[in-house]
Amino acid sequence: MSPSLDLLGLKSNPSLLKGRRRLKILGFGFGLAFVSVALRLVDMLPPQPAISSAEASDEAEGADHRRPDIVDRNGVLLATDLRLPSVFGDPLLIPDHAAAAKALAKVLSGTTAAELQDRLDKARRFTWIKHQVSPKEEEAVLQLGIPGIGFKEAEHRVYPKGRSASHIVGFVDIDNKGLAGIEYGIDHNMVGSIDPDVPVRLSIDLRVQEIVADELGKAMAQFRPIGGCGIVLDRVTGEVLAMVSMPDYDLNYPNAAGPEQRRNRCSGGSYELGSLFKVVSHAMSLDTGKVTLRSTFDATGKLQIGRFRIGDDHAKNRVMSVPEIFMYSSNIGTARMAFAAGGGPALDSFLRKLGFYDKLPLEIPEVAKPMRPHRWPDITTATVSFGHGISMPPLQYLGAVAGLAGDGTHVPVTLLRRDPGDMPTPERFIQEKTAADLRSIMYLTVAKGTGTRGQVDGYLLGGKTGTADKAILGHKGYDHNKVFASFLAALPIDNPRYLVMVNEDEPKGDKSTYGYKAGAWVAAPAVSNIISRIAPLLGVPPSAPDTILSYQDKFPQTRGIGLKSVEGTKLAAVGAED
Amino acid sequence: MMRFARTDRSVVSTWWWTVDRVMLSGLGVLALVGIIVVFAASPPVAATLRLPHDHFIIRHILFLLPAIGLLFCTSLLAPRGVLRLAIGMFVIFGLMLAVTPIMATEIKGARRWISVLGTPVQPSEFVKPALVVVSAFILSRKPGFLGFVLAAMPVAFVLLFLLSQPDLGMTALTVIVFSSQLFVAGLPWFIFVGIGGAAVLGLYSAFHIFAHFHDRVVSFLDPNSTGYQVEKALRAVASGGLFGRGPGEGLVKFTLPDAHTDFVFAATAEEFGILACLMLVSLFAFMLIRGLNRATEAPDRFCQLAATGLIVVFASQALINMAVNLNLMPTKGMTLPFVSYGGSSMLALAIGMGMLLALTRKGAKLGTPG
Repeated sequence: MSPSLDLLGLKSNPSLLKGRRRLKILGFGFGLAFVSVALRLVDMLPPQPAISSAEASDEAEGADHRRPDIVDRNGVLLATDLRLPSVFGDPLLIPDHAAAAKALAKVLSGTTAAELQDRLDKARRFTWIKHQVSPKEEEAVLQLGIPGIGFKEAEHRVYPKGRSASHIVGFVDIDNKGLAGIEYGIDHNMVGSIDPDVPVRLSIDLRVQEIVADELGKAMAQFRPIGGCGIVLDRVTGEVLAMVSMPDYDLNYPNAAGPEQRRNRCSGGSYELGSLFKVVSHAMSLDTGKVTLRSTFDATGKLQIGRFRIGDDHAKNRVMSVPEIFMYSSNIGTARMAFAAGGGPALDSFLRKLGFYDKLPLEIPEVAKPMRPHRWPDITTATVSFGHGISMPPLQYLGAVAGLAGDGTHVPVTLLRRDPGDMPTPERFIQEKTAADLRSIMYLTVAKGTGTRGQVDGYLLGGKTGTADKAILGHKGYDHNKVFASFLAALPIDNPRYLVMVNEDEPKGDKSTYGYKAGAWVAAPAVSNIISRIAPLLGVPPSAPDTILSYQDKFPQTRGIGLKSVEGTKLAAVGAED
Repeated sequence: MMRFARTDRSVVSTWWWTVDRVMLSGLGVLALVGIIVVFAASPPVAATLRLPHDHFIIRHILFLLPAIGLLFCTSLLAPRGVLRLAIGMFVIFGLMLAVTPIMATEIKGARRWISVLGTPVQPSEFVKPALVVVSAFILSRKPGFLGFVLAAMPVAFVLLFLLSQPDLGMTALTVIVFSSQLFVAGLPWFIFVGIGGAAVLGLYSAFHIFAHFHDRVVSFLDPNSTGYQVEKALRAVASGGLFGRGPGEGLVKFTLPDAHTDFVFAATAEEFGILACLMLVSLFAFMLIRGLNRATEAPDRFCQLAATGLIVVFASQALINMAVNLNLMPTKGMTLPFVSYGGSSMLALAIGMGMLLALTRKGAKLGTPG
């Protein structure tokens, strides 16, 4: 606006000119006021380009807690991460807590308006509304458009197979940290190096696992034990193909399960195995060469050791050969064999060699320590030879048997798949000849001894039954009414590749078993069923007829085999003699 | 855009070529900013009041249309018309102001609004521009000390009723504007020192006499207990940062009382960022300087003083509003000109700015009194 003619004419008006000067001063004053407002605005800038702390921690969490998938040996998904949002609220920003709680409860399953409002009223700046919501729920919450409601994404562990292999896979806490099983092992350097992008591949074959779970479940339903365990082990590679502990639980809801369901009875519980343990003591005795299959031992009457007297359940009261002792599970014969083979010191060093003095190294934390005798008086040598006075997890026992019932060499057990090129060097437990002898008496047990209910048509099997009276907690002595019943089989016995074992803790006999609750009655049929279902799956062909015939001919006819006889193990210590 | 030939002598064409188009554009920008901000800030307020979410948006636009009309019509007036309009308004709204204490309902500790045709109207808003023009007229007709005394009389009348409401924000604004006019009219410096002293004395007594003023000052001075509104406003500004959370993304605004009126500046900061607020401050500052500039070019004292008063009303209101939002001043109920939602306040501002445009038109001059 250039000065116009008007201006020239007005120069004469002094008050107008004074007004102009003062206008400039006025403009300067107001300009200062505006500048101070602007400075104040700049002053209020947050110090850093702010990512809110919630967002920052979110990112960090996502990076830290990503977990590798867990798959079975064939790649079937057992555990995986899903990135799911969780809903939270900032009570300060939510205008109407009651209305917000009501609206949220309507769209979020498992929440109630009262509980949500309570949480909003009590918290100051942060409260969880619901963890891990589905995309549908997330959309519904967004549609509500309530201010102060936000989402925080985090990895959430999902177990597509639910109950399958629950005790092996384990579970995580709300922060995606492993609490049990392989999940714990992943976080605690127990499964080797971990790359979140490479799945952890288990040795488990889910097909086998589910068959075992099915058959063990049926046995559980029939005999109502307080717990059960079923294991299928690849003897050659040491890989556990199936390990089922019952009762089990759904990994997606670990908090709904009680301690009984969460207990891993296969590796996390230590049990006296009773007659099952004779596989070990016979292997020891035979391997010394001081005892052979032709040796005979007197099983007349009872074996008197100091104040203790040992008897057989179904005593033959005669001299028995080694195969007979094994087939009929004679405690007296087994004990005499152990003494003949060198007694306590021999047994002691053999058990140490088999690893029974150490905790089983495994990729999961649920491993119980074995309990073993520290001194070897004769009575201890005797009872340990038939499986009392020593306890261990069933898996540890089966792992050792894998080193006896095959060619005498042993590979440590594992829950992870082993590459053929990555096999540990087998360790020799016993001579090959001893292993062959052991297999033959195991064969006889299934063919003609206590284990006949474990037979499977067309397959040459060997095995051993076990029924251990359970020790009374806090007392000396045993409870006759509570047993730990087992059956173990090697498939096929002429060249075993797989070991199958079922244990039942405190089974109850029923009509079909004439009230018997022995391993031969309650566990052997389950093993038989399992083998008949998994053998085709695992590619084990039925044994050739001439192999079966030659096996039957190979062994000397033992006297007086009565297949009706029921296997049973007498108590370790029957009681003090008067 | 409108095109008028300079040779076109019609009323509108003459207006177009003589009006301050820069100032006009500034007003237009402000009105646009206002629409955007009310869109962003008012739905939560409406929701809180259980009104439809677009309640304030629609009403804002409905008020904007007559406001534009009033602004345009007023700016068409010749200075003499402006004076007549001002005198008329001063009589009508002065009377309403006088009856306000009797008729008004009390809102938030003050009686300021009376209902006209169902709309709450704050007469003091309309008295403001009228008073400015009337005092400018008195000052320009009676130079010297007599003029100062005469001009102070209508001001004293208004202040009396403002204090009785009590509306201390408006009182302060009136004092600032009248002082500015007196300053430009050539009142000696020493008298300003006196007025300054009186102002301090006045504030001191206000602090002791008026309970809600006392509370506000106390809460302003106590750093630990900033008032609820101001705390929210500060949080809103901080939450926005330099670039803001984005339109409609604000969170603090949901709990910011009067986010669409007195605290619209903070709501703007949250959603559009401090940068946008700085631009808004610059716009107001620019319009102030522009207005004062035009006042220096005024050919006579009436236009000079009236234009000064009108632009100072506008700028002071903006300054006070922004200062309150940024906790530089105790809370005052004052809107951000043309940006805040506010029916009667916007209409009054439109009249005031229309008068400013009319008085700063090229060649505008109040002839000899007739």
